[in-house]
Amino acid sequence: MSVEKVREILSQHGRLSISVEQITNDGDLYKAGLTSLATVGLMLALEDHFNVEFPDSLLSRKTFGSIESILEAVAQLTK
Amino acid sequence: MTALPPNKLAAEFDQLLVRIHEIGRAVIAVAAEDVDQKARFPTESINALKEISLLSAYVPRDLGGMGLTVTEIAKICEVLGHYCGSTAMIFAMHQIQVACVVHHALESAYFRDYLKELVKKQLLMASATTEVGIGGDLRSSICAVETSGQAFKLTKKAPVISYGAAADDIMVTCRRSADAPASDQLHVLVRKDNYTLEPLSGWDTLGFRGTCSSGFVLTSSGSVEQILPTPFADILSQTMHPYAHMVWGALWLGIASDAVNRARAFVRAEARKNPSLPPVSSIRLAEVDTVLNNMRSNIAVAVQDYDKMRSANNPEAFNSFGFSIRTNNLKLSSSTLILDIVSRAMLICGIQGYRNDSKFSLGRHIRDAYGAAIMVNNDRIMLHNATMLLAHREG
Repeated sequence: MSVEKVREILSQHGRLSISVEQITNDGDLYKAGLTSLATVGLMLALEDHFNVEFPDSLLSRKTFGSIESILEAVAQLTK
Repeated sequence: MTALPPNKLAAEFDQLLVRIHEIGRAVIAVAAEDVDQKARFPTESINALKEISLLSAYVPRDLGGMGLTVTEIAKICEVLGHYCGSTAMIFAMHQIQVACVVHHALESAYFRDYLKELVKKQLLMASATTEVGIGGDLRSSICAVETSGQAFKLTKKAPVISYGAAADDIMVTCRRSADAPASDQLHVLVRKDNYTLEPLSGWDTLGFRGTCSSGFVLTSSGSVEQILPTPFADILSQTMHPYAHMVWGALWLGIASDAVNRARAFVRAEARKNPSLPPVSSIRLAEVDTVLNNMRSNIAVAVQDYDKMRSANNPEAFNSFGFSIRTNNLKLSSSTLILDIVSRAMLICGIQGYRNDSKFSLGRHIRDAYGAAIMVNNDRIMLHNATMLLAHREG
């Protein structure tokens, strides 16, 4: 699992209003234009790539709040 | 907060409902036809509600309001729906704005003072969320608040501001700053003395004609303390979205109940003509009553659920897809059921329901009923649910 891959998926499916390069790993993705509905596409792409399934408990605003928190969630699921 | 024993509170609320029914019969129902025909604001009806301080019904008691619960506010919306859909809708929309302040701004001295003023002057709050160029997506704004020191300026082209011309103050959504993304939004209270409305479009619609939901260019200024201290995304998910669908559902229930009451009166009149044999329409009445009961139960469950979630004090729970889907389902089902119920009532009353000049007339009811699926279009909601259901695992 790589931060680059998460960034790539984010840029393809996050529908952000700025480019992913401008966002630090702990930057607020919602402030970068991520919406709750766009997190669905993001989640599906992450699930497909990492071959994991997000349980409802991880489908919170917090999980998709930053690149770091997405990495954390994926790490937890691929353990 | 003044703590009254629950039985005393319940008795007080029952008395309040009796009073609202009286106003409903004496003032609101009397004005309803003229309001509908002329598509005018129901001034006398809203003034009558102000006289019993109903506009501050949801303001906490320690700030001078009645401190009612969501369940009680929904009940009032339902009662008002019996007499005039537009009056009920204006009341409901006002309460949504009050709830946004009560739930998300009480830590601000400015907003506490504002609510005290609202109690005293019975101020009517309106809302400007939709925007020309965006449409109905509440989670995007083009306009942005421009701050300079303690002052702000805000201009919004709103295709719809319900009762904008009759309102005192308006809650406006906008971007945090000129360089913020469309979804990084704030909620700002603009005061009557500090905004102007330039008309964009009128309001000549099938139903809810008295809400006078015309379009305006709103130009406003004020002080930064008028910006709600919570991001709009949280206000929407925790309050505006669920609260709106509960109070709308409740007032639609009121309209549907009144339609069934008219059908009931019609069937009874038929039955009197031949007391030994129940009229055919009595079967239809029994049928529509079960549908009405479903609608009532859906709303009651949602309101109880919300009250419970609010007292559990877990804001994160409101952000779950499960909660959003349930809230959307409430809107989809109540807006569909109101039309179903009023249509069934119309078949029962027959030509007497179809006429505009009969005491069983259901013209206004059915025109209002069509509005329910249109305001926040059901297809948009269905698409949101379809997307969220892809992620949501447990039903």
